[in-house]
Amino acid sequence: MGKFIKRLFSGTIGVTIFSIVIAFIMGGAILLLAGYNPVQVYMVMIEGVFGKPKNMAWSVIKATPLIITGLSVAFAFRTGLFNIGAEGQFIVGSTVAALFGYYLHLPPLIHIPLVFVGGAFAGGCWGSIAGYLKARFGIHEVISTIMLNWIALYGHNYVVGMPGFARRTNISCDIQDSACITLFKNWKFSEVGRTWFGAHPILRDIFKTPLNSGFLVAVLLVILVWYILNRTTLGYRLRAVGFNKDAAEFGGINVKKSIVLSMFIAGMLGGAAGALQVMGVARNISTLAAMEGYGFDGIAIALIGNNSAFGCLFAGLLFGALKFGGARIQSPPVRAPMEIINIMIGTIVFFIAIPRLIRMIIRWREKRKGDGDA
Amino acid sequence: MADVDFTHTTVEMRGIVKKFGSLVANDHIDLTVHKGEVHALLGENGAGKTTLMNVLYGLYQPNSGEIFIKGDKVEVTNPNIAISRGIGMVHQHFMLIPPFTVTQNIILGKETSGPFGVLDIQKAAEEVKAISEQYDLYVDPDQKIEDISVGMQQRVEILKALYRNADILILDEPTAVLTPQEIREFITIIRNLTFQGKTVILITHKLREIKQAADYCTIIRRGKRIDTVEVEKTTEQELASMMVGRSVSFYVKKEARIPGEAILQVKDLVVRDNRNLKAVDGLSLEVRKGEILGLAGVDGNGQKELVEALTGLRRVESGGIFVHERDVTNRDPRDIIDSKVCTIPEDRQKRGLVSDFTVEENIILENFDRKPFSSRGVLNFQAIRDYAGKLIDTFQISPPDGTVRAGTLSGGNQQKVIIAREVSNDPDLLIASQPTRGLDVGAIEYVHSSLVAQRDKDKAVLLVSLELDEIMDLSDRIAVIYEGKIVGIVNAVDADENTLGLMMAGGGQENG
Amino acid sequence: MAMLNSLGFILGTTLMYATPLLFTSLGGVMSENSGVVNIGLEGMMTFGAFAAATVGYFSGNPWLGFLAGGLASGFLGFLHALACVTFAANQVVSGIAINFLGPGLALFLSRKFFDGATMTYNLPIEMKMPKYFNNMLPEGTFVRQVLNQDISVFMAFTLVLLIWFLLYRTKLGLRIRAVGEHPKAADTLGVNVSRIRYLCVILSGVFAGFGGASMSLAVASNFFQTLISGQGFIALAAMIFGKWKPHGAMVACLIFGCAQAMTIFIGGTGLRVPQEFLSMAPYILTLVILMGFVGRAVAPASDGIPYIKDES
Ligand SMILES: Nc1ncnc2c1ncn2[C@@H]1O[C@H](COP(=O)(O)OP(=O)(O)O)[C@@H](O)[C@H]1O
Ligand SMILES: [Mg+2]
Repeated sequence: MGKFIKRLFSGTIGVTIFSIVIAFIMGGAILLLAGYNPVQVYMVMIEGVFGKPKNMAWSVIKATPLIITGLSVAFAFRTGLFNIGAEGQFIVGSTVAALFGYYLHLPPLIHIPLVFVGGAFAGGCWGSIAGYLKARFGIHEVISTIMLNWIALYGHNYVVGMPGFARRTNISCDIQDSACITLFKNWKFSEVGRTWFGAHPILRDIFKTPLNSGFLVAVLLVILVWYILNRTTLGYRLRAVGFNKDAAEFGGINVKKSIVLSMFIAGMLGGAAGALQVMGVARNISTLAAMEGYGFDGIAIALIGNNSAFGCLFAGLLFGALKFGGARIQSPPVRAPMEIINIMIGTIVFFIAIPRLIRMIIRWREKRKGDGDA
Repeated sequence: MADVDFTHTTVEMRGIVKKFGSLVANDHIDLTVHKGEVHALLGENGAGKTTLMNVLYGLYQPNSGEIFIKGDKVEVTNPNIAISRGIGMVHQHFMLIPPFTVTQNIILGKETSGPFGVLDIQKAAEEVKAISEQYDLYVDPDQKIEDISVGMQQRVEILKALYRNADILILDEPTAVLTPQEIREFITIIRNLTFQGKTVILITHKLREIKQAADYCTIIRRGKRIDTVEVEKTTEQELASMMVGRSVSFYVKKEARIPGEAILQVKDLVVRDNRNLKAVDGLSLEVRKGEILGLAGVDGNGQKELVEALTGLRRVESGGIFVHERDVTNRDPRDIIDSKVCTIPEDRQKRGLVSDFTVEENIILENFDRKPFSSRGVLNFQAIRDYAGKLIDTFQISPPDGTVRAGTLSGGNQQKVIIAREVSNDPDLLIASQPTRGLDVGAIEYVHSSLVAQRDKDKAVLLVSLELDEIMDLSDRIAVIYEGKIVGIVNAVDADENTLGLMMAGGGQENG
Repeated sequence: MAMLNSLGFILGTTLMYATPLLFTSLGGVMSENSGVVNIGLEGMMTFGAFAAATVGYFSGNPWLGFLAGGLASGFLGFLHALACVTFAANQVVSGIAINFLGPGLALFLSRKFFDGATMTYNLPIEMKMPKYFNNMLPEGTFVRQVLNQDISVFMAFTLVLLIWFLLYRTKLGLRIRAVGEHPKAADTLGVNVSRIRYLCVILSGVFAGFGGASMSLAVASNFFQTLISGQGFIALAAMIFGKWKPHGAMVACLIFGCAQAMTIFIGGTGLRVPQEFLSMAPYILTLVILMGFVGRAVAPASDGIPYIKDES
């Protein structure tokens, strides 16, 4: 038993679990210091997530874009690139999706995939700009993606305000129904739907939310990314470049092409997240005063998920739950600031950054035990 | 011979044990050094020489053992203590900061400064100049390290120690980067230092240097002290067998062969280095079927850039590279591999292996997108495993498990993985760049016999090495590179170390 | 005359907007010259801005506020140093954590102290950073237009000089750069690598805090959620753009500040250029400049690599 725990905790999963536990403790301590009852706050949070089926649906909805931006960052990480630009790729994806969704009039069967692919492709192109700048000019992707994020943001704001597309100040027209992926979007408000849901209150509750097929797509993308990275020559090539680009180059792999391609794929994921958000939840785009943070959250998710595809799925769900549950604690009776969530996320990431600490603790305990035996 | 003062032990280490995890790098080592002597530490790569000296210098803490310096028991918990006791160390890999000047490097940590810690570089430069004149160690105080020769860098390292008033100098493999002539000069410098009252501990695995320079020699094998001997009363052969633990033959067995037609032709090649200087400057050579052509030269004369150009990793500015008379100038690495040119790169960690990949994954690095290892973009793990297993068997890679991370293998086994990968491509030309750097004797023998085997299969081999002995032992012909040009080509049977050394220092005559 | 007026306006505004970036960028210079990548500048700046505005508001003294901003971010700098130096953390990951912690703490505390709002109360003009030179400069002149600045502006540019002098002319600076280039070499000469890195990373937090403070106490007059939004990252870019040198960072920050000033200026002239394109311009400009002129910038050789004394 002791051995098992030791093995678990010296591995990466152990570090992650440890960090999450510490984060809850730290969060509790800070709440306590600030004069809140941490037990009560956590209860409200848990209640907020698991209390009602509706809430769980909301958590999943919140998690969907985060899982995918997490995948985007993780994919880039695995290939040796640091994609701070998921944010901008998300924005570009959502902008293009909104445009395609509003201006095209097509049957859903064509419209939905077209909007999705359009958003993803646009995100991909946006990402590959950073890849190209790195491959061709040696500009570090951290800088170029930061710049591209802002360019994307202002471009997005311009599009929102375009005459003909703006519905009112700061908000664009809604996409056509045919591009929308909210489940039962019309039926649930129809006569039949309402009667049916009247008979099934739990389902009615769930479908009150904009539950959509985005989550399914996210899961498919997780599997796809896992497959590409671990089972294909493309994944082999990109990982080789990520681990050691000099050796990859020596082995005949075109490093520059790989960098661009890798950023393209990461960007596609970011763009896909943006597109799904528009198609499933928002249905339009609005002026952004600042970054929304989907991409930055994606970085944390990738780190918490240890840059593995399935890790991102779990970390994304955790995030979604924390975000949704966190918003709950602001209302009476607790009225605790929801930013405690950001502090907790920061703490998780902080401890994930220092796996040495845990190893040191384990070694120290062993040593003490050894001394005790002697 | 300098005046060795036997009444005073300058350094005494008793029962030093140093472990890295489960590895015992130093296993109860004793070492006694007298004032004014040159004491050699002899041992193979990985024997534990550097570790022992790092313990003395305070970079490592021993697990047990005692250290006495000039009679006092000292706990050397950090280099400052060693420095204050008069110990200076020149590390195997120079500890110099390339963008800093000579003076800045020398004074770092013991700066001359005025109020508010403002540096007085002028004064410091003068002090540096003064010491360098006192010990006949010429340097230019204002030049940056990245712009000076390796020889001068080494003098800077020694000056760093002398600037701190060191009277015990530890020199870790100092001659690895020098020509035979420079080595001779270097030995004079060491002698000079002992005349001025310094004590020198000289780490090396070159027997000849010990005979030339040292008074006493302590032999270390696998972390244990084997013996301490008076150098005058022993032979190179005896030292060698104590070092390796069995009698070794330095002679590589090799049948005479008649080389065939040229496989590789290089014509008037010009290649620039990272600083945009001409590193290879009008170089021409030929490597023929069934021969090993050794490229001798001092480090930094264009070897690295030449090999990179040959393997498609660096742009050729002018001139041509032909394999089987086909022009492969400025083709990409993929094309060159496909022209049956394979390479053992000079830097295993950097170029040779993806250390975070498994051994299997490394073995297919050049062929992962070919059948049977993949089809239609999907990897075939069974085929990869079978193939890797076969190579692991044939090349006796240890541990015999393709799923371990390549980075966890020993240096010798990493090199075997690379050789297995490259040789199994059945290349017509094998380029081996510093193939034995950092390996122990067993692994070196293995690498050497692999190269000879290629040659005996009627393949062409280009061997680039800084070890002149290695070049002389293995090659059929020897080309000497100096400042990016071939300054002479001789048949190995006619070669002698002196003339080669002269050519390596640029003193040879032009001939094609 | 109108030309001169416009120029004065643009230059003055440039200086104003360059200042918060410059402080923060100098923070980056300190940290990265000692070999620790600091991507957490954004979080540090945010936290500093909040702490400055809050202490400034409650104490009524902008100097106390300014100092508090530095100290608060210095604490985040300490956390970053703890992770990166003592625990040899992945420095980028630790920086990301700081970017969650900084704004998280700022907004959490803001809600606590300001009735659940994510903004601090407005500071009256006398509680903001003073403009000492205001009265000395003749009314209505070009010089006044340019130099009628908050004291923080002058402090930032003085700091450039100080840091330049520190890095290139003093013993400590030599050691800092040595540690950033080749920590092992410094270590073998008895230079305490950890201590120097701690010092530099904490200072980098302090400077980022000053950057935030000059935002909330001078440029704006309170802290709110989107006050910093990305300026820390831009300061980071400016530092890289400036090749990790204090004077280089200054030039880069001036370019960013100027772009911002131009946006405001052109916006005010009624020219029919969409606001968004103006706002975009500095970022596009940066990319173009990086492509054309700077090329491969060289970081200190050991920037981002934890130094682990190989002991086990
Ligand atoms: N910092 C370290 N961590 C782990 N193992 C080490 C370290 N330094 C040296 N070793 C190991 O200790 C042994 C002795 O190394 P070293 O003293 O460098 O040998 P030498 O200088 O005789 O070639 C080798 O097996 C080497 O791999
Ligand atoms: Mg050694």
